[in-house]
Amino acid sequence: MIRVILPPNLRTLAHVEGEVGLELNGTVTQRSLLDAVESKYPMLRGTIRDHVTQIRRPMVRFFACGEDLSHESPDAPLPDAIANGVEPFLIIGAIAGG
Amino acid sequence: MSTVRVLVGTRKGAFILTSDGARKRWKVSGPHFAGWEIYHMKGSPVDPDRIYASQTSAWFGQIIQRSDDGGKTWNPPGTKPEDLMTPEGMPKGESNMFVYDASPETGKPLTTHQWYDGTQHPWEFKRVWHLEPSLHDPDHVYAGVEDAAIFESKDGGKSWQELAGLRGSDTGPKWQPGAGGMCLHTILLDPKDPQRIYSAISAAGAFRTEDGGKTWKPINRGLHSQYIPDSNAEVGHCVHRIAMHSSRPDRLFMQKHWDVMRSDNSGDSWTEVSGNLPTDFGFPIDVHAHEPETIYVVPIKSDSEHYPPSGRLRVYRSRTGGNQWEALTKGLPQRNCYVNVLRDAMSVDLLDPCGVYFGTTGGQVYASVDAGDKWKPIVRDLPAVLSVETQTLP
Repeated sequence: MIRVILPPNLRTLAHVEGEVGLELNGTVTQRSLLDAVESKYPMLRGTIRDHVTQIRRPMVRFFACGEDLSHESPDAPLPDAIANGVEPFLIIGAIAGG
Repeated sequence: MSTVRVLVGTRKGAFILTSDGARKRWKVSGPHFAGWEIYHMKGSPVDPDRIYASQTSAWFGQIIQRSDDGGKTWNPPGTKPEDLMTPEGMPKGESNMFVYDASPETGKPLTTHQWYDGTQHPWEFKRVWHLEPSLHDPDHVYAGVEDAAIFESKDGGKSWQELAGLRGSDTGPKWQPGAGGMCLHTILLDPKDPQRIYSAISAAGAFRTEDGGKTWKPINRGLHSQYIPDSNAEVGHCVHRIAMHSSRPDRLFMQKHWDVMRSDNSGDSWTEVSGNLPTDFGFPIDVHAHEPETIYVVPIKSDSEHYPPSGRLRVYRSRTGGNQWEALTKGLPQRNCYVNVLRDAMSVDLLDPCGVYFGTTGGQVYASVDAGDKWKPIVRDLPAVLSVETQTLP
């Protein structure tokens, strides 16, 4: 079970509490993981990635295993610890005031 | 007895204030969508339990929310289980998908507009500023967006299509953003002619369609703006808000960046009616529900000092369609008040006497139940108020 932690605003929007669990077949990448998140929670479409370009929104970051993976290729395999559920994949709203 | 519902959008969520027709005691619900900017909420005139909300965030973009039970529960349209999948099995979730029409068949290829440095800049969707439900169909709603364009949905907000004739008009490349962005903030539907719609853009001006949104023309003759190179130009004016009384849809009232203006011919020409206002800068303008010549503005000191002159919060009322104005001060702070009142943050109810409401950037929502003679804060410590709309329920 892949574990995803959404930022609080998106948890509210998706009506979820705590972590999101996903079952994925094949190689786990940012793209396949986010496709699965959006498939399970369609109201999140457009909030993490642009609807059309599928590019990460500028003030959203992806952290995993203590690393910032925001600039990795969306088709690069994610670490094994994410794929096997040992570590969560964190979707973060960039720190900002206001 | 009637009920009044006041829909308040703020920088950090939405609030719904409810009272009976006496309008003395108010119940406050919220924050809904806590932490998100709620630029605007508005109910359908056909089905008041149908309310649309624009929920937006610099982090997570645009969300459209819809309530079908008067604001008790909300959902992004098209994300309920029965709406989830396309025939191909793909998730829809397109209620927040605002894509500019670039097809040659329905509009013109994506155009550019004037940028701060004088170059041309492509349109980039940022947020929905204003939602205007149809006067006839609760599933039909218009959205005014930044960068300036008008979209419509005919399926209750599940999907949106641009009315590209506005942006594709010849003047588009001359539009430019004001300090607040290049937003389409005003949409007025003519109750006597379903094909006629007015819109207004900062900083481009006012526009009118006579064919339901296919083609648009600028209606800015008579506007005079010293902050653009040709002060009488066809476009480039920073219109802040336009208001109309439903019984006189040919008569329009405008609060411009500076100047309060009036048109008696559907916007074909405008004359200034600032008269004796202490300053003619401001954002909102509205019309009394039962007196088409009675209008309200909130004068603001200047375009750099966004607060009331002398620290005194005063609504000004004209019973003559402009030019002669009286200050309404009873119940409003008359010292040390330095809040602003934004363009969509004033509304009237339909009761008699007419109720007038406005919200401030200091988080107060003031109400007058006697057409402006006396005011009271009905809630006073909200986040900065972006928009105020009222619903009068039987």
